[in-house]
Amino acid sequence: MIKSLDPRVNRAEIEQENTIAPLKELDQWETYEVFHQKKRGDQHMHVGIVHAPNADMALLFGKEQYGRRGLSVNIWVVRTRDVFTTDYDDSDIFDTVPEKQYREAGGYKVMDKINKYKKTVKA
Amino acid sequence: MNNNAIKELLYKMADDLLIIGHRNSEWTGLGPILEEDISFSSMAQDKIGQSQALYQLLHELGEQDPDTLAFSRSAAQFHNCQLVELPNGEYDFSLVRHFLFDHADQLRFEMLANSSYEPLAKVARKVKGELKYHVFHANTWMVKLGSANEESHTRMQAALNQAWNYALGIFEEGSFEEELATTGVFEGEKELFNKWLANITPQLLKAGLILPAQDTWMPIAGGRIGNHTAHLSPLVEEMSEVFRIDPSAEW
Repeated sequence: MIKSLDPRVNRAEIEQENTIAPLKELDQWETYEVFHQKKRGDQHMHVGIVHAPNADMALLFGKEQYGRRGLSVNIWVVRTRDVFTTDYDDSDIFDTVPEKQYREAGGYKVMDKINKYKKTVKA
Repeated sequence: MNNNAIKELLYKMADDLLIIGHRNSEWTGLGPILEEDISFSSMAQDKIGQSQALYQLLHELGEQDPDTLAFSRSAAQFHNCQLVELPNGEYDFSLVRHFLFDHADQLRFEMLANSSYEPLAKVARKVKGELKYHVFHANTWMVKLGSANEESHTRMQAALNQAWNYALGIFEEGSFEEELATTGVFEGEKELFNKWLANITPQLLKAGLILPAQDTWMPIAGGRIGNHTAHLSPLVEEMSEVFRIDPSAEW
């Protein structure tokens, strides 16, 4: 028997030899993506995953893992396999060519105009 | 209002919560999967927090402070029902006990939310959300395991049969039932039992589990007057071990 400082472990009377075989892949529960909402009207934010045998249980676990601290009003769960994703091999689709800077907010030089406008308002 | 009547009610509630909280916390680190381990431990903490709030009310009625009440009494001075002190056994038994006890606990606090004893009514309103989640958790597991496969069903049914007469002991009547009812503090154990039975029956049906036949019902009472199984004493000893090393220590 395993002897431990933890009385619960001693009570469990666990054989010294590890007879527990690792789980086969399909013996494991599937995963659910958890989305958490801080207050009504806010966007639900992705916060992590939980293992669960069904959606009800995923909601239980989602609440406990991600909603027990701080503000929470709502949780969504979605089966991981129901989420469609792009391929990491295609991540170059997000690369932006430098001369397309005009498509980003930072690409606009507007401070001159704003300052000019402010002057006219003051005057 | 009779303080002794209120104290009797507070003691049995607080002791139930402290003992089941401690028992459930024994699963911490040993739970079946990480997510459930965290959930069950978190609910165990809630229970201990709820017991603390009730010990605080006792303290305000002239009893000793919450820590002393929780950690300095012997097993025979506890008023919890025997159901909550039984060893955890396998997870099936712990879940069934959690289901049977928490349904009763939620209903008890629901009844007390309108109690004429305002300090207790206030606590009852405060813990409403926690209890709702605890019952939601218990119901979800009962339905899942009650009907998942033959092994899980057989084990849940066996655990239910084993826990049943102990669960009936939750509703052991005290010496002030009538007084508590007429003064509007608490409607009483009989009323609570009827509500409880009406609540758990459809849930068990949904889980595919069968209530033990009524002619086999034999409530295991005695816990409310300090008669306990041999399991409580070692629990109390383990729970208070650190406190007893230095009762005056600040934490």
